[in-house]
Amino acid sequence: MPDALAPDPIARQQRRLQALYGWMLLSPALILLTVFAFLPAFATVWGSLYSRGTARRPAVFNGLENYADLAADPTFWTVLGNNFVYAAVTIPVSIALALAMALWADSRIPLRGFVRSAYFTPTVLPMVAAANLWLFFYTPGLGVIDSFTSLFGLPAVNWLGQPQTALGAVMVVTVWKEAGFFMIFYLAALQTIPPDLKEAALVEGASRLTYLRRVLLPLLMPTTAFIFINALINSVKLIDHLFILTKGGPNNATKLVLYWIWEMAFSYFDRPHAAAMTVLVLLVLGAVAVFQFAVLDKRIHYR
Amino acid sequence: MDGTASDFVRLDRVTRTFPGGGGVEDLSISVPRGSFTVLLGPSGCGKSTTLRLIAGLETPDRGRVEIGGRDVTGLAPSARGLSVVFQSYALFPHLSVAENIVFGLKVRRVGRAVRERKLEEALALTGLEGLGDRKPAQLSGGQRQRVALARAIVADHPLCLMDEPLSNLDAKLRHSVRQEIRALQRRLGMTVVYVTHDQTEAMGMADQVILMRQGRVEQRGAPAELYQQPATAFAAGFIGSPPMTLIPAAALPGVPVPAERAREGVLAGIRAEELSLLAPGAGSLPATVAASEFLGAETFVYLRLEGGAELIARVPGRVEPAAGSAVSVAWGEGAIHWFDRESGRRIPSAQRPDGAVG
Repeated sequence: MPDALAPDPIARQQRRLQALYGWMLLSPALILLTVFAFLPAFATVWGSLYSRGTARRPAVFNGLENYADLAADPTFWTVLGNNFVYAAVTIPVSIALALAMALWADSRIPLRGFVRSAYFTPTVLPMVAAANLWLFFYTPGLGVIDSFTSLFGLPAVNWLGQPQTALGAVMVVTVWKEAGFFMIFYLAALQTIPPDLKEAALVEGASRLTYLRRVLLPLLMPTTAFIFINALINSVKLIDHLFILTKGGPNNATKLVLYWIWEMAFSYFDRPHAAAMTVLVLLVLGAVAVFQFAVLDKRIHYR
Repeated sequence: MDGTASDFVRLDRVTRTFPGGGGVEDLSISVPRGSFTVLLGPSGCGKSTTLRLIAGLETPDRGRVEIGGRDVTGLAPSARGLSVVFQSYALFPHLSVAENIVFGLKVRRVGRAVRERKLEEALALTGLEGLGDRKPAQLSGGQRQRVALARAIVADHPLCLMDEPLSNLDAKLRHSVRQEIRALQRRLGMTVVYVTHDQTEAMGMADQVILMRQGRVEQRGAPAELYQQPATAFAAGFIGSPPMTLIPAAALPGVPVPAERAREGVLAGIRAEELSLLAPGAGSLPATVAASEFLGAETFVYLRLEGGAELIARVPGRVEPAAGSAVSVAWGEGAIHWFDRESGRRIPSAQRPDGAVG
């Protein structure tokens, strides 16, 4: 059939027009993402492969040497360990707390609106303001915590000033800040679960705990996954409070990955090593995203 | 309350009110063992509250709930030995059909072998064989309804409560499921308390109908009793399709009203099938045809009397009198039900002047 094989000029023009429309619709997102995400990311990868240039010695390509330097630096392992502990504690604790608060704020209690907004208040506060507030709580001798413990004759503790307690103190602030935010998501999810399900479970003889475990938690899994990913990203991303509370000290006890990157890049002006560290962080977060899409999504019941 | 030994469920002067209105007030009902009892009424009449009180999902402010001769007023739903079919079916969306059905057995730690056997039985009884692994979202409305039924019967509870279980099905399916539920109830010998606002469901399924209105019992009895001897004007107007026509007695000049009653104080009710259409002048009252509705086996003829009152006549077969044509209507002996205009109560036929019993 020669007709079908011969290019139809009108159809071709229409196809081109369609493609043009497609690109036009795509372009705002494409341009913004390219300029502010893809290009900087590539520049970072590229920069991480060069040595630190000075006025006299320009930067030269040195392969993976920056990465090797990082691995050889004991601070790298301290920071990584800190961030691991930080994530391993703050994520589950803030999620569990958020769920508990949401369950409570969703039940029929007096002053429900007040309870909900009280839980949400830390989220509204800027992290820097919250950190200043906690700085006052933690002040040795004068702070709220020490004033309270002194009532029982306990000695003053410099919570933020000693390596044993500093990371813990920082984690408390993080949990306090994040749990209220995550609660809102749980609260919204709980309200989409029809009350009939609870009544059906009750009639079938399920205890509150069984209902929570067999019905509520599975139905909240999409929310939990969303919150988990957010919490994980925040555990790397959210470091504002470190600037106020500890500046990474004492003795690197509270130094997290991003704070360390900031320090390398803007305090010591060691851009290539900061870039190398950034690339490592991107790789880890990318792996997490792949894990989420490939594994978690298949196991979660989405309605 | 005329409770007898065979009563399985008894509500004794139960009150449960809500701040926003609704609920039930001083309600006493009894449900015989093995019966299919329908709680019927318009929305907001308290029928669902009554069901929830029996289930234990609501606690009465006052009064007693008894199941099987046992006071269960303070007991949790699961301790009452009953199952519930919810209007929304309340299936757990993340569990498969099989897991939904055995949820209660699993919670009660019934052994795996027993669980599997009961599951097979329940699937077979409800015609769900082969669908055990599906998720509720992959089922049709009718199949979901069956899963809810299967979950209700799997535990062999002697009492099953159903809250408008058919209202989410389309009309055609509703009819066949009605018969299936009734057959299932008979086969398993369950006592069923069934809530609906649909009087055809009530008439078609019930051994006993409890008609409710504003939190109280309006009338209780067998469907035929409610149809033939409505205790109130409300019952007369609620039951039957079309419902009984209720017109002031003043619109029926020449028709004798019950003795010792002023014509202005009574309502006359007449069923559409009791009316026959005759040539003008041949019947008791002249009327004009307003419209007619052909339904296949029968025709509804809408009539207007002199003075404006409207009647519906149900005529077998196909008759299509022209709108506006003059006819006359007649009715059989004892076809007219009399109700007090103020209280709505039935005026017993014995009070009729001619002494006939209707």
